[in-house]
Amino acid sequence: MAETLLQVEDLEVHFATEDGIVRAVDGVSFELERGKVLGIVGESGSGKSVTAMTVMGLTRDVNARFSGRVLYKGTDLLQVSESELQEYRGNEIGMIFQDPMTSLNPVYRIGEQIIEAIRAHERVDKRTARRRAVELLRQVGIPNPEARVDDFPHQFSGGMRQRAMIAMALSCNPSILIADEPTTALDVTIQAQIIELIGRLKDEFDSGVILITHDLGVVADIADEIVVMYAGRIVERGATRDLFYDPQMPYTWGLLGSIPRLDRPRPRRLHTIKGSPPSLINLPRGCSFRPRCPYAFEKCVEEPALENRVGTPGHLDRCWLDVEFKRAHRDEAIAGGATEAA
Amino acid sequence: MAAFFVRRTVGAALVCVAVTFVVFLIFIVVPGGDPAQRIAGKNATQQNIVNIRHSWGFDQPFYVQYWRMLKKMFSGTLVSYTSQQNVIQQIKQGMPATFSLTIGAGIIWLLFGISVGVIAAVTAGRLSDRVITVLALIGISMPVFWLGIVARYYLAEGGLTSIFPDGEYVPFTQSPVQWFWHLLLPWLVLAVLFIGFYGRVLRGNILDTINEDYVRTAKAKGLSRRRILLKHVLRTSLIPIVTLFGLDFAAVLGGGAILTETVFDLHGVGQYAAQSINNFDLPPIMGVTLYGAFFIVVFSVLVDLFYAYLDPRIRPT
Repeated sequence: MAETLLQVEDLEVHFATEDGIVRAVDGVSFELERGKVLGIVGESGSGKSVTAMTVMGLTRDVNARFSGRVLYKGTDLLQVSESELQEYRGNEIGMIFQDPMTSLNPVYRIGEQIIEAIRAHERVDKRTARRRAVELLRQVGIPNPEARVDDFPHQFSGGMRQRAMIAMALSCNPSILIADEPTTALDVTIQAQIIELIGRLKDEFDSGVILITHDLGVVADIADEIVVMYAGRIVERGATRDLFYDPQMPYTWGLLGSIPRLDRPRPRRLHTIKGSPPSLINLPRGCSFRPRCPYAFEKCVEEPALENRVGTPGHLDRCWLDVEFKRAHRDEAIAGGATEAA
Repeated sequence: MAAFFVRRTVGAALVCVAVTFVVFLIFIVVPGGDPAQRIAGKNATQQNIVNIRHSWGFDQPFYVQYWRMLKKMFSGTLVSYTSQQNVIQQIKQGMPATFSLTIGAGIIWLLFGISVGVIAAVTAGRLSDRVITVLALIGISMPVFWLGIVARYYLAEGGLTSIFPDGEYVPFTQSPVQWFWHLLLPWLVLAVLFIGFYGRVLRGNILDTINEDYVRTAKAKGLSRRRILLKHVLRTSLIPIVTLFGLDFAAVLGGGAILTETVFDLHGVGQYAAQSINNFDLPPIMGVTLYGAFFIVVFSVLVDLFYAYLDPRIRPT
């Protein structure tokens, strides 16, 4: 049994706004073990980034309310003071962000920014820190790191900047790496390299990874477990294999159907999920995906719990539909037929 | 780098010449500007005026007059039409007062402007921010001539007290204490406007920068609030302040604080400019204009250099 690094229990994050309370995250639970990759998948506004940022304490604000627990090796990070939290950020949990073009400070050299991260947590002199920065850049695959360490961010390409961000996030050897849409802003050819790099470094640094994305294709090869989020809740959760081969939520089918695939007959057009996610201020009654779901029926106005309905251990979902009915219909749904008809 | 300097120096010289030329043209075109009549005085005969016009060269084409004026200016022999005093000498005499005013006020307004902006941004939305915002608005809205006169009346002429000396400039070499004491009110009055303005600009910049992705990255690295503010937020937020300060400082150094200098009777370059404009006296106006333009162009080069230092993206490669 591997060490459990992170245990998120019934996390709620609500923001008070002028229009009302935004339930950005509404009762989310998951665990992360050392050496594993957890994929969090969902559309924009599903609460996946807020969840990840809350783990880091980056959503703290006068208008934010939290409940539940975020246990890092047994410590509840929601209860830790802002100054104590600094010890966890970067040191225990590293994070990389979506847009490497804007996530690095343009006025400081790449090396300075990595050195700053190292020296925020460890008492080392500048020269040692610099040597480590060069070594890190080499590990993330920056060619000629001795020279490039003195470059400014604008002298790096997008992919290289994301590599530098990864080097920075790993500089203090954190137990957890959170990657929030790390490939969204990159060229498709670079995406695979970055994902592969994250997977390799996870083994080298013996850490756990939370990989957030809207693209199931990105996490397909790397994730051990996948959590699918919709409107602030987890709607399906299971081992990657189960989620891809036996998906239970029509929402997951929609996500699967929207990945272009080369190994299937080509549909006339790429599948899309009709409509847009609900307002997080005023959620629909019952299943929150009901208004967009082509299979919705009367029972869907009742709130479905996240529970095991398939029988496969660890595979949970929030769908009232009969499992056999779903198994019979989902292939056409994923191929795009069902929503075409609906 | 060398190319940059050559380009900017040539450009600066051209700007200075162009500015003096425009001023000269305005003077020729504006009605009532005939200097011969002014020099001749009230009871002059027509013949007197014609003689003066000829001997001063006012009957020459304007470009010849302009050229001769530039030559006199650069040889230091330019004299005023009204007082016949040497213009360069007069500007030199005014410079210590103007420099003292500018440097002191500049330090005050920069330091307080930055502090005010930072405090307002850090406490954005709270009481201290609102108080500062209102005070800044009042500061921006108060005209210097009014504030100066009010300050003089209440603090120097016995309106409330007369602990401050009532105007005039005392050279530093004569008495450093009196120099400081005499300049304190003018410094504060001149600085008030800039403090309010800089504070508001900086507050806005900081609040913009705080939402930048790289500030979130800095937070995610585990840096302290203080370090994030000083190293990651303030550095970029100060870039526009540098431009403002460079040009404002140059303008005041170049005699732009006409009102402050006049209200406090400092006998600086600005006050000299005000007098000359009153007297419709072209040579000193030309002299002061060139002097002011010189500082503006020099400081805009300095601002560009400092900009490149602050932001590596605009460094020439």
